[in-house]
Amino acid sequence: MLQNQMLEITNLACSRGDRQLFTGLNFSLEPGSLLYVEGRNGTGKSTLLRTICGLFLADSGEISWHGKSTRSLAEEYTQEVLYLGHHNGIKEDLTGLENLRISTILDGDDVAEDQIWAALKKMGLEGFEDLPTKVLSQGQKRRVALARLLLNNNRLWILDEPFTALDVAAVDLLQTVISGHINNDGIVILTTHQEVALTSGQIQRLELGRKKSKHV
Amino acid sequence: MFKAFRCIVMRDLTLAMRRRTDVLTTLFFFIIVVSLFPLGAGTEKMILQKIAPGVAWVAALLASMLALERLFASDFADGTLEQLLLTPQPLFVLVLGKVLAHWLLTGMPLVLIAPLVGLQYYLPDDAVITMMLTLLIGTPVLSLIGAIGAALTLGLRGGGILLSLLILPLYIPVMVYGAGAVSASAMGTTDLQAYFSILSGFLILALVLSPIATAAALRISVE
Repeated sequence: MLQNQMLEITNLACSRGDRQLFTGLNFSLEPGSLLYVEGRNGTGKSTLLRTICGLFLADSGEISWHGKSTRSLAEEYTQEVLYLGHHNGIKEDLTGLENLRISTILDGDDVAEDQIWAALKKMGLEGFEDLPTKVLSQGQKRRVALARLLLNNNRLWILDEPFTALDVAAVDLLQTVISGHINNDGIVILTTHQEVALTSGQIQRLELGRKKSKHV
Repeated sequence: MFKAFRCIVMRDLTLAMRRRTDVLTTLFFFIIVVSLFPLGAGTEKMILQKIAPGVAWVAALLASMLALERLFASDFADGTLEQLLLTPQPLFVLVLGKVLAHWLLTGMPLVLIAPLVGLQYYLPDDAVITMMLTLLIGTPVLSLIGAIGAALTLGLRGGGILLSLLILPLYIPVMVYGAGAVSASAMGTTDLQAYFSILSGFLILALVLSPIATAAALRISVE
């Protein structure tokens, strides 16, 4: 069973300041699964996501990837993770094209220039590739950030409210991209209120902020 | 790894070129501080020659301090710093790239503008050359040490003042030997090897230790 589980979280506890957000959190995800993290505001959804990708240090507990602790894997693990948080993580003074070029180089992916153009086009940003992202609208900036999803081969996507600021068409597109990733045996962890229509794979839900976290 | 390093340097240089005022403020700050002293202390050749090395170095310290706050702040604000932490590249390499770009934009111009200080302060040519050389070795040390402080105070309220309190004491050795070399050279000493050796020693030490310390500090600050 252990071989099957890509990401496994055991007894995770996190706190911010004096406030305990969650304790004794356990779950595991196998290839081709989607995890919704649910809960009211302030229940620690974002903190959980940041903890899983290694930006936040948990009080206790273990996060393992293929049976090895993510702390000891370090860069081998970050190679596999793509995180998109509340910030878009793009430079406003750079164009969409430059932003994506930089992030693919830093991610160590060998991506050709026309693949970046194609990704931006697919995200509905044709004609905006060469503009500094500060002149784009909120939704368009989000689309630039989301274009990274099309350009990498990381297995684990951690998306914090990926649907905010997007219009209906972009939401549809993103849903397709996410379910495509899951069909390719990827793992997606996301917080959202939007349902993703899946063609295959399995969905798990995790609700934070209750006495006991439950699994469905 | 080298590709990532070059990518970061180019990125920061491009960003600076799109926002030129940030670079120019540091340079003009240096020029203005240096120009204030002849106005305040009088234009007597003897006095000016005597204070020149100290003034130039203090101005260089303050100018590089001023620029430090911006080293990680904008990356922190727009979330690109988080993304840098999550790349499969060793963080200290990326930090080194950022510091190099930062030095090229804030330290290097000071080296190039140093002859102007020489003119204002009646320094002999030899002393001007020594000043340029010591700044060339010394300012990277300032950027490297400053990076640790900038990373530690990231996102704190009133971080700027805290940063100066943390970093300025660490700048003292660099300033003492840098200004010392220029003074000695102005008095006609030709054997300055000891000064350059110790300044180079500082540079090597900072080059090895600072990126690692900065990387650790960034991980704490981003949390």
